[in-house]
Amino acid sequence: MKNKYSVFSLIKNALSYHENWQRAWKDPAPKKEYDAVIVGGGGHGLATAYYLAKKHNMNNIAVVEKGWIGGGNTGRNTTIIRSNYLWDASAGLYDHALKIWEGLSQELNYNVMFSQRGVMNLAHNLQDVRDLKRRTHANRLNGIDAVYLSTEEVKKFCPIINTSPDIRYPVLGGTLQRRAGTARHDAVAWGYARGADAMGVDIIQNCEVKGIKRNGDSLEGIETTKGFIKTKKVGVVAAGHSSVIANMAGLRLPLESKPLQALVSEPVKPIIDTVVMSNAVHAYVSQSDKGELVIGAGTDDYVSYTQKGSHQIVEGTLNAILELYPIFSRMRMLRQWGGIVDICPDASPILSKTSIKGLYFNCGWGTGGFKATPGSGDLFAHTIANDEPHKLNAAFNLNRFVSGDLVDEHGAAAVAH
Amino acid sequence: MFLINCPYCGERDQQEFKAGGEAHIERPKQPTELSDDEWAEYLFMRKNIKGIQFERWNHAHGCRKWFNMVRDTSNDEIKAIYKMGEKPPSQ
Repeated sequence: MKNKYSVFSLIKNALSYHENWQRAWKDPAPKKEYDAVIVGGGGHGLATAYYLAKKHNMNNIAVVEKGWIGGGNTGRNTTIIRSNYLWDASAGLYDHALKIWEGLSQELNYNVMFSQRGVMNLAHNLQDVRDLKRRTHANRLNGIDAVYLSTEEVKKFCPIINTSPDIRYPVLGGTLQRRAGTARHDAVAWGYARGADAMGVDIIQNCEVKGIKRNGDSLEGIETTKGFIKTKKVGVVAAGHSSVIANMAGLRLPLESKPLQALVSEPVKPIIDTVVMSNAVHAYVSQSDKGELVIGAGTDDYVSYTQKGSHQIVEGTLNAILELYPIFSRMRMLRQWGGIVDICPDASPILSKTSIKGLYFNCGWGTGGFKATPGSGDLFAHTIANDEPHKLNAAFNLNRFVSGDLVDEHGAAAVAH
Repeated sequence: MFLINCPYCGERDQQEFKAGGEAHIERPKQPTELSDDEWAEYLFMRKNIKGIQFERWNHAHGCRKWFNMVRDTSNDEIKAIYKMGEKPPSQ
């Protein structure tokens, strides 16, 4: 049984110089057989395992991770959470996640530092204005909070933005979702890992999947660097490496994996208390609790698994940041990195069964998967446990690329992909 | 970021080029007879290989010509470049 984190446990452990905290999760060797195995120990994978154990009573399960948990895109994103998507299917999916975020710290007994500081999206040309107004109306019809702001209101909400009409891409307005915000990315992975571990889930790190063993159209198990694991159900949540796993099973996916970059500045005193996204000039900025500016840049246009990315992408983003926020002109950047994101042709995710019985894929989140972590885990667990999708992820099946019933969020999702 | 040896212009900065995705995907000869599955395969399904990948590039800010490239996507190393219509080099 796990010790509950509380002010009392904090005081108690302070008295012993914090040297006797219980391990948050075990480090088990894999068993010979599990009822289900989740491939990928990022936020989505760990959340899937957590909800499988919690809501579907599947406790004899494992999460296998080739590196350490939360070390992939979970630890590489800009932690933005919002649900202001255009289409009904997306609005349902992302708002489901946002509602879970609102009570997640209490549910997990783990502070994920969810902060509803609002997300503002800027419009820089007349088409942006029309698109953002349309999206605001669509959001409100779906019960998602959204308001359209004039240039003056943008300036009032975030005073450091340069709203001069003389800049290259002037701010003509914006939208605001007040329930949106940020969370601490590592804490999400660790909180879910701790919660899943407490319910008996084996979290196996440094265990890379090397092959998927099939017998005709059904699964027998997976080959890993820690030996063969027998299982009838495998949920793949491998983000940028989804195609690599799919190739092992002889499946084809409509994904392209590309580097997406982000960077943080040196820490400074609080200067920006919200998240501002500007898709037209591709500049996303917020400030972490440590005081660093967290800046999201764009993807490169070629397939790569290098976790790097091109210099001109970062340069373009910083040019835009400087024009919108002249106050940052002397800030120094501390770190820059890339994550490999798996992008679908319609910029919507896949949470789906496949042609192989017992093999499920949760992938294609592209540049914006972090926000969906709790909802993705919940719905994917439902799909695996019942061998049927939940109504909220039914539209995000693999078959939509055959039927043509795409969820086209390219350019509609308040963000340039 | 890397240098690309355009077969028409020589070595240039990657910024001048636009990636055009997987190469050697043949356009269906009889589009009217294609099933939905075959359309999905042609339009959407991609190899997305981690390793040696064959792809198309365009010298967008140069001669604007298309050509093919063999590149290792695990380290961005360019293995070969050849013109459109030429046979891909054997590995």
